[in-house]
Amino acid sequence: MKRFIGFIKKEFYHIFRDRRSLFILFGMPIAQVLLFGFAITNEINNVDVAFFDKSKDAITEEIINKIEASKYFTNKQMITNDAEIESVFKKGKVKAVLVFDTDFSEKLTKENKTTVQIITDATDPNTANTINNYLSSILQKYQQEINKEIKISHQIITQTRMVYNPELKSVFTFVPGVMTVILMLVSAMMTSISITREKELGTMEILLVSPLKPFQVILGKVFPYIFLSVINAVVIVLLSIFIFKMPIEGSLFLFGFESVLFIINALSLGILISTISSTQQTAMMISLMGLMLPVILLSGFIFPIASMPLPLQMISHIIPAKWFIIIIKAILLKGVGLSFIWKETLVLIGMTLFFIVLSVKKYKIRLE
Amino acid sequence: MLPIIFVLPLLQLVILSNAATFDIKNIKFSYVDHDKTSFSRALIEKFDASTYFNVINQFSSKKEADAAMAKGEVDVILEIPRYFERDLLKQNKTVISVAINAIDGAAAGVENVYINQIVQDFNKNAKVALSQPSDLINAPKDIMAIPSFWYNKTLNYKTFMVPGILVLLVTMITLFLSGMNIVREKEIGTLEQMNVTPIKKYQFIIGKLFPFWIIGFGLLTIGLIISKVIFNTPMVGSLGLIYFYTAIYLLVVLGMGLFISNFTDTQQQAMFIAWFFIVIFILMSGLFTPIESMPKWAQILTEFNPIKYFVEVMRMVMLKGSSLIDILPLLIKTTVYALIMNGLAVWSYKKTS
Amino acid sequence: MKNNNVIEVENLTKKFGDFTAVNSITFEVKKGEIFGFLGANGAGKTTAMKMLIGISKPTSGKAQVAGFDVFTHPEDIKKNIGYMSQKFALYDDLTVKENITFFGGIYGLSRAKIKEKRCELVEELGLKEIVNELVGSLPLGWKQKISFSIALLHSPTIVFLDEPTGGVDPITRRQFWEMIYKSANSGTTIFVTTHYMDEAEYCDRVSIMVDGKIEALDTPKKLKLQFKAATMDEVFLKLARSPSPTLPEEKGVNI
Repeated sequence: MKRFIGFIKKEFYHIFRDRRSLFILFGMPIAQVLLFGFAITNEINNVDVAFFDKSKDAITEEIINKIEASKYFTNKQMITNDAEIESVFKKGKVKAVLVFDTDFSEKLTKENKTTVQIITDATDPNTANTINNYLSSILQKYQQEINKEIKISHQIITQTRMVYNPELKSVFTFVPGVMTVILMLVSAMMTSISITREKELGTMEILLVSPLKPFQVILGKVFPYIFLSVINAVVIVLLSIFIFKMPIEGSLFLFGFESVLFIINALSLGILISTISSTQQTAMMISLMGLMLPVILLSGFIFPIASMPLPLQMISHIIPAKWFIIIIKAILLKGVGLSFIWKETLVLIGMTLFFIVLSVKKYKIRLE
Repeated sequence: MLPIIFVLPLLQLVILSNAATFDIKNIKFSYVDHDKTSFSRALIEKFDASTYFNVINQFSSKKEADAAMAKGEVDVILEIPRYFERDLLKQNKTVISVAINAIDGAAAGVENVYINQIVQDFNKNAKVALSQPSDLINAPKDIMAIPSFWYNKTLNYKTFMVPGILVLLVTMITLFLSGMNIVREKEIGTLEQMNVTPIKKYQFIIGKLFPFWIIGFGLLTIGLIISKVIFNTPMVGSLGLIYFYTAIYLLVVLGMGLFISNFTDTQQQAMFIAWFFIVIFILMSGLFTPIESMPKWAQILTEFNPIKYFVEVMRMVMLKGSSLIDILPLLIKTTVYALIMNGLAVWSYKKTS
Repeated sequence: MKNNNVIEVENLTKKFGDFTAVNSITFEVKKGEIFGFLGANGAGKTTAMKMLIGISKPTSGKAQVAGFDVFTHPEDIKKNIGYMSQKFALYDDLTVKENITFFGGIYGLSRAKIKEKRCELVEELGLKEIVNELVGSLPLGWKQKISFSIALLHSPTIVFLDEPTGGVDPITRRQFWEMIYKSANSGTTIFVTTHYMDEAEYCDRVSIMVDGKIEALDTPKKLKLQFKAATMDEVFLKLARSPSPTLPEEKGVNI
């Protein structure tokens, strides 16, 4: 045990002597959470919109004013010919153009029925679709206003309740994701680098020749990072509670337990990476290139897993981050207990054991 | 190392482009039907028929349904009240309640829109079926919106993501490699070796960075081929323009890598710093979330993000066919960025050696 | 170990797939001896040494180190040997003191013992000025000396030195060999691999490996007689140039 403590002490010296890495290690989560909380959102706001108004009368003017007044759209721009539509899109700023035909208002007053064309720049299909929906609903509202005097028959009213996140704050979705990405990358990358570093320096050989058992060496290298990752997790949670007013519905104790489990999982993945790479460079490229995008994209962090094609949904099952995101969303936002998430927890435990067994095997082979 | 440089990123391009979709499909739908009439069944049928919703289950009580939502088994619960049909027919008005799992706020918003569309649609049909002839005389005024989606008629998300992810991979690889490179020579001690040879400093830097510049082009080329062959991403604009822009853009990235390399002592530090910036650049690039939605100060910050420019240019040229004139402001900014970055890099390199 | 041998090796062999890195070598090392283990790059000396220090498993043969079998008791061997690698591997971002404390700690020395040893070292090597400096900032010669002292920290029976004098100046090499003699005199067995043939002259006995086999093994004096050479350098060149008897003639030229 005394040997072990000495080992851990040495590991902390490494960490604390390297100020720049330490700064990144702790600055990263703070920067990311703040960015996600304040800057990044997948809502659509302040979209530039242009109008091609061939009708030019009181009705179209009123509609244009209504659209401008909405918080979704800004910077109206008037267009006078067809060719201009193409050119404003190509410049990239304007995302939608409304085209009122010459007979727009005339048709509305005489035939009670008229059409308007909404052209959207669908290079970003998601934004285009949302913009289209917003514009339609503004038109719909205007339509209801002019129809006020007509008695409405047979109406079904939907009462919608947004469960767990009534204000639809996107930061609530992102906090679990950011935490997962950071814990995964920091833990996996740091351990794989610090182990391969000893290999490169030649000190690993010295350690292996010493009476320390290989598993003691590995455990000693990994332990400090558990500690650091826990601090990171705590910082992220504190930020989200105090700055973004995220509710903590469930048990903090359970949350802590699951976080440590996930950290251990990530660390064992880091060990596995270090057993297959002989230089720091390789270890870094594997952990960064191999982990960063899959963890961001396949974990349900930004993109919903249910919408992915089936093969990818299958692949997402083997991404530990996916299970951890489900777990922390359930604990923090839904406030459920272990009885609801024991399956996910078991999957994480299973994966961790698998990584450990595999790295022990790989490690042995290296020694043969 | 070579497989990590080429195979891993391109494999990711193929796989991950499929993952990146905001399409909300297969929503896990459940209902509690207290009415059990032909009307209520017709409404549920509507949801069943929609491509957006998968009817997972029906529950006999709201409580059961809520528990299922807590477990994550369902995302939407529709509750049809007792006397739904009777109220609609007799009182002309009825209320149904919907609960949506809103942890993912944006998805919940979209789900809400879909639900309302289906209910409105059902409502309209019901009105026609139930209305008296006299109602038709003063029919309401109707403004019909005809949407038309330019550049991506089928709203194919992959068309949007592939160029973006390609940009990311090219940037990541070149930045990581160039960032690690000189610091590696420092660590091994070969940098000193170079400094005593008659080679000029700028020659040395160019010699170091040139291979990565070429690797960047290699990645771009293979990536473009993959996006054409596998994803059939359109290439409306000029390929030459893309290569021209990339040539300048890569200089920004390489300059940045060199700068990082000069300011660090170990590969680990270099990697960490590169990683820190890459993550922030990715998140602020408009690749996954629209830049217009950010607050003003954040939008100003994105002006310093090279990835943002590359993503924009790629999408503009590939999908819209924007010309040199259209991307000129972006091109100028990138060029200035490249000059500053490389100036800083050379300056800091002189300082360190 | 009745006959005072601390290393006994018999037909030790290591194969990587089809390639035989170490081909049935046999030798023994006596207590307190300085044993030179010579060979060209790739001759198999590092592989052979790794088997002896318990980080590589032999394919076949027998070997005992410090009285323990390398197959069955590698862990006991580790407690009784010291090892210094050719990279003088120390932690650059730790101070000299921290390095000593750390390595003492992993060999299970008590805190008091470590302190005692450290004071001894500071005294002997004149480390006083630099004991709190980061190792990374020290010149190579210092690292080499500290690395050797650390290998001796737990008073092992045998110390394995893997090319311990690469890259240091002749004066420092001279000083280093004085350190080796000193510890050999106090009863520690030294097992050293080297490229420098002048160093081979310092050894009590020398073995020369060629292509995985030990081609010569005796005192430097006798080897010079046997090969009719004036220096060990010549002995080595003659051995390395002569076609290896284990290989067919046409492939045999290797320099």
